[in-house]
Amino acid sequence: MLRRLHPEQPESFAFTPGNQEWAEKQLSKYPPERKASAVIPLLWRAQEQEGWVTKPAIESIADMLDMASIRVLEVASFYFMFQLQPVGSVAHIQICGTTSCMICGSENLIEVCQAKIAANPHEISADGKFSWEEVECLGACSNAPMAQIGKDYYENLTAERLGEIIDALGRGEVPRPGPQNGRFGAEPFGGLTSLTEGERRYSGNASVGLAEYGQDTIKRIDGTEPALKMPMLDSAAPVATAGTETDSVQLMDQPEPVEDDGLDAEKPETNSEHKAMEEAAEADEEKVIGKFDEEEAEEVGTRPETLTGPRDGQADDLKKIKGVGPKLEESLNKLGFYHFDQIASWTEEELLWVDSNMDDFKGRASRDDWVGQSKLLAAGEETEFSKRVDDGDVYD
Amino acid sequence: MSDLRKIIIDGDEIEVDPRMTLLQACEVAGVEVPRFCYHERLSIAGNCRMCLVEVVGGPPKPAASCAMQVKDLRPGPEGAPPEVKTKSPMVKKAREGVMEFLLINHPLDCPICDQGGECDLQDQAMAYGVDFSRYREPKRAAIDMDLGPLVGTCMTRCISCTRCVRFITEVAGVPEMGQTGRGEDSEITSYLGAMLTSEMQGNVIDLCPVGALTSKPYAFTARPWELTKTESIDVMDALGSNIRVDTKGREVMRILPRNNDGVNEEWLADRSRFIWDGLRRQRLDRPYVRRDGKLQAATWNEAFDAIAEAVKDKTVAGVVGDLVSTESAFALKQLIERLDGRIECRTDGAKLPAGNRGAYVGTARIEDIDSAQAIMLIGTNPRKEAPVLNSRIRKAWLNGAKVGLVGENVDLTYPYFHAGTGREALAGLLDGDHKDALGKETVVIIGQDALRGDDGEAVLAAAMKFANNTESRFLVLHTAAGRVGAMDLGCVTDGGMDAAVDGADVIYNLGCDEVDMPDGAFVIYQGSHGDRGAHRADVILPGAAYTEETGIFVNTEGRPQMAMRAGFPPGDARENWTILRALSGRLGVTLPFDAIGMLRSAMFAAAPHLARIDDVPENAWTLVEGGDMTQADFGSAVGEHYLANPVMRASTVMAELAKLAEQRDHPMAAE
Repeated sequence: MLRRLHPEQPESFAFTPGNQEWAEKQLSKYPPERKASAVIPLLWRAQEQEGWVTKPAIESIADMLDMASIRVLEVASFYFMFQLQPVGSVAHIQICGTTSCMICGSENLIEVCQAKIAANPHEISADGKFSWEEVECLGACSNAPMAQIGKDYYENLTAERLGEIIDALGRGEVPRPGPQNGRFGAEPFGGLTSLTEGERRYSGNASVGLAEYGQDTIKRIDGTEPALKMPMLDSAAPVATAGTETDSVQLMDQPEPVEDDGLDAEKPETNSEHKAMEEAAEADEEKVIGKFDEEEAEEVGTRPETLTGPRDGQADDLKKIKGVGPKLEESLNKLGFYHFDQIASWTEEELLWVDSNMDDFKGRASRDDWVGQSKLLAAGEETEFSKRVDDGDVYD
Repeated sequence: MSDLRKIIIDGDEIEVDPRMTLLQACEVAGVEVPRFCYHERLSIAGNCRMCLVEVVGGPPKPAASCAMQVKDLRPGPEGAPPEVKTKSPMVKKAREGVMEFLLINHPLDCPICDQGGECDLQDQAMAYGVDFSRYREPKRAAIDMDLGPLVGTCMTRCISCTRCVRFITEVAGVPEMGQTGRGEDSEITSYLGAMLTSEMQGNVIDLCPVGALTSKPYAFTARPWELTKTESIDVMDALGSNIRVDTKGREVMRILPRNNDGVNEEWLADRSRFIWDGLRRQRLDRPYVRRDGKLQAATWNEAFDAIAEAVKDKTVAGVVGDLVSTESAFALKQLIERLDGRIECRTDGAKLPAGNRGAYVGTARIEDIDSAQAIMLIGTNPRKEAPVLNSRIRKAWLNGAKVGLVGENVDLTYPYFHAGTGREALAGLLDGDHKDALGKETVVIIGQDALRGDDGEAVLAAAMKFANNTESRFLVLHTAAGRVGAMDLGCVTDGGMDAAVDGADVIYNLGCDEVDMPDGAFVIYQGSHGDRGAHRADVILPGAAYTEETGIFVNTEGRPQMAMRAGFPPGDARENWTILRALSGRLGVTLPFDAIGMLRSAMFAAAPHLARIDDVPENAWTLVEGGDMTQADFGSAVGEHYLANPVMRASTVMAELAKLAEQRDHPMAAE
């Protein structure tokens, strides 16, 4: 494909202050005389900000990196990931057309794009909201056919589902990324046939979680997003603040994950969100997904009544609850929970509060049904797990 | 040397530097390896794959010999030297495959292509091409671009060797070309179709191995095999670039560079390469005599009569112009001396000290720039005054040299330390501490503009003192090709130009067009072009231009080089020394030489080093005394880069280049 700069170009380009700061941090990764190395990240950021790579962007990046404009143009025109023409204001849809997806029906998806968006790739729809193109393999062959919309993958698409997604995007909604036919990841459609032990605790896989956490599927990046951890820049100041994070979420027209209910719980909440970011960067799947449970993100719940110390100085052995180890027991004690009956009395709302305030074990209280277990234990009965604890099988 | 490696190439064992590439080693062994993208003076790209060779015992695939070093090869069994085959069936098949791919999209343009007859692809297709095509699909075609008035394009012929991109980026230092896109759609372009601005861009025509980049002024005028090639010397700047003048009949069709590592490597500035249309226009082809205030055509005898009458019992001064060969200068000097006159070659007022060759030429050779670790430029803009020399300074900078400049803060295509714009900065340098520079190879280059002021001697003294303090070699960058030769011959008068012409009744102006002659004097102009000098003349004697007579020119580093005659002067015009010889007979002071050989013998007796062609004499280092410097700023010795002498001013190509340069520099003024 012959790639040239678009005939119509904007007058100027400037990184937003946030992106400018980000770009300067990228430069700090390289020795000053090698700063041209940052050309691809910077071009990409310019595209994330503007939707496409413009001539003023190429020239301003060339200036930033002390490169000749032609050198930057060479890079921008070499990589197909750089859009050299305007894209739809809402989303640019990239349909994978390589073998697996083609066999599984990507041609139907392209027909949908042609019908709903524009007859030709890289053409903007009549309402200006969408554009599409066929791209080479995006590496999600096990979930073919698929499309990348903005930053995220929509997999196991049907023509009908893609149509719905485009319509929803047009209405300002962001449909949930990931497999669209109920699969979790790349497992067989009929369910797991091996490694069936354990239960699926989350409704979406890690990249879905990341997408829902970041809320940046089709967002134009302006530098105010919560940044993933940059280990090289540990000394640098924290990149995102609670305020900007909330802004970015509002831009998405999505419910706020942090609702200001006036409780002093808000602060720990945002802190833990920061942690979540860092953990996400570390790709610690379990922890991240725990936090991305949808209900949790919407409600913080109410704080249950707590004690300042165990009644009669004698706390229950909370470790008898399945899912509570010595560390969690300590955490629970710190929060003011010492007895089974306390836990047994948690309401739905209170459970949510606990879920989101157990620093390192978010969501575990509801997953492991602490309330139900505690009810039994409080009544003096035994659970299967508590028996094992009593037998000394679990903890030394 | 002990660090040589043995390598067997096609059965012959040779010893080479391990850092050499296989391709270079093959050349040492006398084996020619075909190549398109590889060029000795450019970085290695390794993208044409034509230079494939077989490395015995290496990976079972052909290796690109331009990109693999001898030291990368593993020794053979039992420590035997590594073996490379360039003529094996595998190599032949691989190269044929590469050639077939190159020819897939290459149009069958040879009959209408200017490169035909001197085309690398044509030549190599004779060796490795097949006589049929298996390709039935549509061919690729590319859109041509407008690179300006010099470089014509036919991009469909391009084989993407990227030599032009590398030259413009690395040697010319103006990164304005690139390869955009990828795969089949990759294309060589300038940035968004801009014209090239480099003053060295003509070299991409030579570098292009196919006919994608061709010479626009030369387009469709001649075939290489019908041209007569004459090896000569360029006079557009004082560098003395080695050139080859290609003529068809009596017309110069084009000028190409010749390789000379000591002078121009293999590059040539545009104003030297595309000057030839200036050799056809505005030529003086018959003598003129001013009668009743008007210049009228005359015969040689009438002109000589007029001169004889004017010279009789008068004070005569001779002025040696910028493009004059040593022979002509010597002949004029002999003539003027016999007429008891004065002679001067420093027409621009440069305060070059007569007799002190270390001060008017310097002690550095151009090659010393390559190895210099620090270079200080004083009062010069080498990019304007000698573009090829500038690219050499750039090469030194690429190799790690530090460059400093006292003078106009201009873009020299490489970063430099700007010490200041004027003489104060030079004085400041003298006070500085130069411990860092001691013991290193350093060069001080001083431009003519620095020496032109009234305080030129003081500036020269200061610059030489600075070179002395830093133990640097010293190079005077001249702008006039004939200046050093004329200085060597002693064509000087105490007090310089003003003293020479002051009070002279008759001025014999040998090709000086840059300086106005004083009013009142009777001026004889001898030269090739009807330019400023001819307008002021009372008698015009038409002479030969530099391609029309043989002559020795001494370049800015003091290297005598011989220019050869490639054609004949037009009309009644004659070789310059013969005019002077004939006139001397008419004036009764016959010069004692009847042939160029006799003239040269006499000249060599006066200046023996001129006989040692292409040899740079060592000059004695004698500091000069100077007075106080003024406060003025330095400029550049060349006002208009493309209009610096009468030949350039007669050239339409140069006029267009000058116009484009003016538009670039002053976009509003050009409206």
